[in-house]
Amino acid sequence: MEIVHVYTRLRGEFGRQCLFSDRPAELLVDVPPDPRLAQDFIQKNPRDQALQACRDMSEHQVNTERFESDSCGINHVEGGWPKDINPQEMEQTIRYRKKVEKDESYVNSLLTLGSVMEHCIRQNNAVDIYQEYFEDEDEVEESPEPPSAKTINVFRDPNEVKRTVSCLSWHPDGGKLAAAYSCLQFQRSSRDMSLDSYIWDIENPNRPELTLKPASPLVCLEYNPKDSHTLVGGAYNGQIAYWDTRRGSQPVETSSVEQSHRDPVYKIIWLQSKTGTDVFSASTDGQVLWWDVRRLSEPTERLVLDLSREGNLDRALGAVSLEFESTMPTKFLVGTEQGVVVSCNRKAKTPAEKIVCSYDGHHGPVYALQRNPFFPKNFLTVGDWTARIWSEDIRDSAIMWTKYQTSYLMDACWSPVRPSVFFTVKMDGVLDVWDILFKQNDPTLSLKVCDEALYSLRLQDNGRLVACGSQQGGATLLEISSGLSTLQKNDKSLLAAMFERETKREKVLEARQREIRLKERSRSEQSREGEPGREDADHGPDQLIAKAQEDFYVVTEMERPTCLKVGSLLVAVPREISIIPNLAETESVGICKEIT
Amino acid sequence: MPPFPSQAEVEETLKRIQSQNGVQGIIIVNTEGIPIKTTLDNASTVQYAGLIHQLVMKARSTVRDIDPQNDLTFLRVRSKKNEIMIAPDKDAFSNKTSFLLY
Repeated sequence: MEIVHVYTRLRGEFGRQCLFSDRPAELLVDVPPDPRLAQDFIQKNPRDQALQACRDMSEHQVNTERFESDSCGINHVEGGWPKDINPQEMEQTIRYRKKVEKDESYVNSLLTLGSVMEHCIRQNNAVDIYQEYFEDEDEVEESPEPPSAKTINVFRDPNEVKRTVSCLSWHPDGGKLAAAYSCLQFQRSSRDMSLDSYIWDIENPNRPELTLKPASPLVCLEYNPKDSHTLVGGAYNGQIAYWDTRRGSQPVETSSVEQSHRDPVYKIIWLQSKTGTDVFSASTDGQVLWWDVRRLSEPTERLVLDLSREGNLDRALGAVSLEFESTMPTKFLVGTEQGVVVSCNRKAKTPAEKIVCSYDGHHGPVYALQRNPFFPKNFLTVGDWTARIWSEDIRDSAIMWTKYQTSYLMDACWSPVRPSVFFTVKMDGVLDVWDILFKQNDPTLSLKVCDEALYSLRLQDNGRLVACGSQQGGATLLEISSGLSTLQKNDKSLLAAMFERETKREKVLEARQREIRLKERSRSEQSREGEPGREDADHGPDQLIAKAQEDFYVVTEMERPTCLKVGSLLVAVPREISIIPNLAETESVGICKEIT
Repeated sequence: MPPFPSQAEVEETLKRIQSQNGVQGIIIVNTEGIPIKTTLDNASTVQYAGLIHQLVMKARSTVRDIDPQNDLTFLRVRSKKNEIMIAPDKDAFSNKTSFLLY
């Protein structure tokens, strides 16, 4: 190659400070392309070139050490016999043992151990050091835990259109819950609303265990306490249907439409009878019917809830709840829509005597009615915004009642375990637990179960599980804390004393009322001969109103200024001032605008 | 001293223990785990010998770990049905341990 450019530098100038200066660019080398070099190459067109656009990866091998594990068990059959002795052979083992026994150290140590052992044995025998003291004494109030309840499961209506859970019934053994679904609001049920009711297994909230398919939605449902396979249900159209769970979802028998109720059957209860097949049902059409489930074509007996005892269906009270206590098989209570609880006797001679007496206390339908399982003479009713406890003997009023709650009470029941505890459900979705020995004014425990209204409530026989059903078809299962579900020692006696005290109070009040009434009656008889204008407390309300009206007008007349016409003006003059003879002289007469 | 009276004493001691109220059986085991003397059947004896031995070792080592000057004198295992009382010999990993069922 030829030298293109030469740089020279004097040796003496090495290391000298560089002094840079600007100067324009100058072309140093220009190597033009030499076409002659291209002749060494052949052009290849087209050309195949594979390309891959991906991440660079490398391959690498790793080998771990093999770890072998093996399971084996050790069977300790015989102790560590020395090698020369075969443990299976009795002779050798016995010989060995004898040899050991002769050893001196063996003897010494054994003697000492023997005495130690004896000492401990004697200790054991002398006093049972592990004896439980204070076992018989009742456990002193284990730190009173605040009452509580927790939700265990919620069973929801699997259908699209949600219906109200109108009734719940526990299986006699307690593992299953039967729920009746229906739409209780007038004419709200839609065409595609399912008619089914379900039996749920409490362990499985996802799917109902059995579906019951009646002809019309069930309003109430009840397990037979004697035979846990049979159920009876009352339907929206008034029919009664009888199921056997072994036989499937269809009712075994349904009552005939003509002979059944004409309104939804609100409550149905199994009776105690020898055959165990009797039920009775109540409905708002005013009838209470008795049936034998083997023959549902017609009721065995009929009672019309007419308080005038004439059996007149038009004047009958609609029944909404029913109560039957197996200890009093001939008497039963019916709660009506009108707020009256009627006590009836089934075994009365004439139909007129069937209705014994009535208790009037509620302003609205009596939705729940139950006798106290420990004190059957007292029963609990729920209706309008209060819950009331009654004693059978006092007709006029309840012996105890709660204050008016903020929302309507829909159902209530006593605890089967504690006589002083009862539960109520309200329309705002709250479950209240009342313990009247603890607090009478407020519920002991108040739980908001759900946002919609709760319609039904049922406690299991063990007193710990409670199921409540809501308007949107959700049945919630709750467990109550043990404080509210175990019987305390003094419960019964304290409650008996409380009921007696309240009953006595009511009796005294009743007696006093009667006295007052008697006195007034006698007084009014006397005054009728005396001055007619004398104000008597005996006046009926109409008369009082008329008199009040009269008094009012008189007073207003007196106060009201009268008008005098002076010329073309109406002049207001207070009444007390007498007419001034010479109007022109005075200026004290007010001139006012026209009084119409 | 001739061994025989001592042996007789041993027999007497064991008999005394056995006669006490509530004693179900006695097993005497040496360090190797061989049951020397037993009043129970062979199968139970072997089972007890094998299992209890390990427990005693563990208990002893526990006591000594906490305080090296300390030593296990007695071990009671109380269960629902009965109580196993174990008296280990003084020397560590000694020759003999005896235990009985109560």
